[in-house]
Amino acid sequence: MKFKVNNEEVYASTGGRPFDKNKPLIIFVHGSGLTHMTWVLQTRYFAFHGYSVLALDLPGHGLSGGKSLKSIEEMADWISNVIDAVGYKEASLVGHSQGCLVTVECASRYQDKIKTLSLIGGAGAIPMNPELLSLAENSDPKAVDLMMDWAHGPAGHFGGHPVPGLYHINTGGMLAKSRTIKDTLGVDFRACDNYKNGFEAAKKIKIPTLSILATDDKMCPVKEGKKLADLIDGSKVDIIDNCGHMMLLEEADRVLAVLKKFITTNYPPKT
Amino acid sequence: MSDKKKGLHPHTYKFDTLSLHAGYQPHKNAGSRQVPIYQTTSYLFDDVDHAAALFNLERGGHIYSRISNPTVGVLEERVASLEGGTAALATSSGMAAIFLTVMTLCESGDHLVVSSQLYGGTVNLFRLTLPKFGIKTTFVKPRDTEGFKKAIQKNTKCIFGELVGNPGNELMNMPEVAKIAHDAGIPLIIDATYQTPYLCKPIEHGADIVVHSLTKWMAGHGSSMAGILVEGGKFDWMQNDKFPTMTKPYEGYHGLSFAEEFGPTAFTMKARAEGMRDFGPCLSPQNAWNVLQGIETLSVRMKKHCSNAEEMVKYLLGHESVAWVSHPSVPDHPDHELAKKLLPNGRGSMIAFGIKGGKDAGVAFINNVKLASHLANVGDTRTLVIHPASGTHSQMDEATLKFAGLSHDMIRLSVGIEDIDDIKNDFEIGFRAARKPRLVSNQ
Repeated sequence: MKFKVNNEEVYASTGGRPFDKNKPLIIFVHGSGLTHMTWVLQTRYFAFHGYSVLALDLPGHGLSGGKSLKSIEEMADWISNVIDAVGYKEASLVGHSQGCLVTVECASRYQDKIKTLSLIGGAGAIPMNPELLSLAENSDPKAVDLMMDWAHGPAGHFGGHPVPGLYHINTGGMLAKSRTIKDTLGVDFRACDNYKNGFEAAKKIKIPTLSILATDDKMCPVKEGKKLADLIDGSKVDIIDNCGHMMLLEEADRVLAVLKKFITTNYPPKT
Repeated sequence: MSDKKKGLHPHTYKFDTLSLHAGYQPHKNAGSRQVPIYQTTSYLFDDVDHAAALFNLERGGHIYSRISNPTVGVLEERVASLEGGTAALATSSGMAAIFLTVMTLCESGDHLVVSSQLYGGTVNLFRLTLPKFGIKTTFVKPRDTEGFKKAIQKNTKCIFGELVGNPGNELMNMPEVAKIAHDAGIPLIIDATYQTPYLCKPIEHGADIVVHSLTKWMAGHGSSMAGILVEGGKFDWMQNDKFPTMTKPYEGYHGLSFAEEFGPTAFTMKARAEGMRDFGPCLSPQNAWNVLQGIETLSVRMKKHCSNAEEMVKYLLGHESVAWVSHPSVPDHPDHELAKKLLPNGRGSMIAFGIKGGKDAGVAFINNVKLASHLANVGDTRTLVIHPASGTHSQMDEATLKFAGLSHDMIRLSVGIEDIDDIKNDFEIGFRAARKPRLVSNQ
């Protein structure tokens, strides 16, 4: 569905079901340079099981209008504005990679608004390799190829997508190349590199929090994810073996199963 | 990961490795090194919730082998990876892949712009069968790039062609035609059966959907029928209102908009969810496995196919019984330069040549070669010959034959990977018979 935030059009997938304001809201926040489509194997379940779902395209990404936001802090405020714009007072947040930085910052800033936090492939800081950052800021498609390489674990490099016929390295690459690389991936990578407040923000979070990490994640390694989780009171951690950073696709069913248990327990659906 | 002197380089797997491994993870299949053949019609649901999730496209997985099958899925991912595509859908034949592609794109009242130089069965689909569904076609000669632009109408839904036309070996200027299609807001669909992704990846040159008869070079062994459609993932279905079947809520899946929900894989998802459900041209797991065996050696075979073909071109060009030779490797072939650009790894193994003495000589040649097989197929590891005017294209009338670039003296040769001397020796037998057709046929 489309709606406006700060006078710019925003696109969000509702998981294939009509958006229903009477149901609890779950917001999914994608990673650097990507779009709402990374969440297709998680969102549809929740949309069919008692939740209203918004898998967002961040400003300047996917089908959303406007320009990419330049800092994680701006993105965190923007998520809060999204909740207001769709007429809700609260929501549960799910983030992947850069989306974890955004949702951690958002949960620390808007403590009464955010009810649960699910961090997938997250860390307290995501410093960028300078060469990768430079490639992305110069719209070099090699930046996308490198990201797809590092984002998939050894098993994921062979494929084996849970949806028959889909080849996820090419699909992810196509999503990241769907708009001008420097305006999406370049801006996002710079925002990640500049963001230093993740660990401090985590200390302020008092809501139920889940971290899903993967043993072969090169972009946000398990030890970095655990470091973040350790700062959040009562945070739960689930670690997936033989899987890389793109666990939403590489181990979609496992991610969904863990998310289902966590969210339905801590933020029950309206049945 | 970083080597500061050399810079960063992605280490995603390359073509030959993908040919052997893409789409398959042994540790998820009991450690089986070879892809298992899942010879089953259907798959157990964990519970009612799991069943509903699969039917609602909430999660990936298999329901019924008409829609998807794990062995077929490996083949689909493997071909998608080799073509540089986002997704693929395998079918029971190449013709099924073309039909499914058209029916996923079009509704009654739509129009297509199609290259005139195609496999005869494809011509008949567009010329005779699709009009029964209210879908009309304008044919354009493959070299008439401007003609493709002129033929586009308001209700045109795609441009379709074979990159190298069957059987005349005329090339379509794919990058130019892609631009024409995209300027008109429609996709370019390329049948790349003759090339395989080893010789050309049409998606890199602007194609949006690639179709193959996997029966041919991809499998190579000539044992199994199979087809596939591969999605490039770049085409924006929402840029105009031409594709309501992709963009509007679809009643068959709770009001789902495939383009919004699945983006770069929307076409394949729609073709599977609707087309395989309703038409059912599914590929058997056994045939998928057979094709996978062929793909494992694709690059090795294609190199030999192409080197043998270039040897045969030289041989035919110097032969007294040959009137003309058409192959993109020939310097005076009108598309020689374009072929160098689009087919850098080899110009393919299909040769068309004219035999002196016309139809009678052609018939004598075909009837007397011993090693080359006379049959209606191409892309086998064995050398194949046919006389198109009396075989693959025999259902066309004279005018259609002429428009498709066929002549009665034409022999279509699919060069195999046998020893080149043996192929030439066999052709000498055929040519001797062609020079004395009556004498030989009476022996």
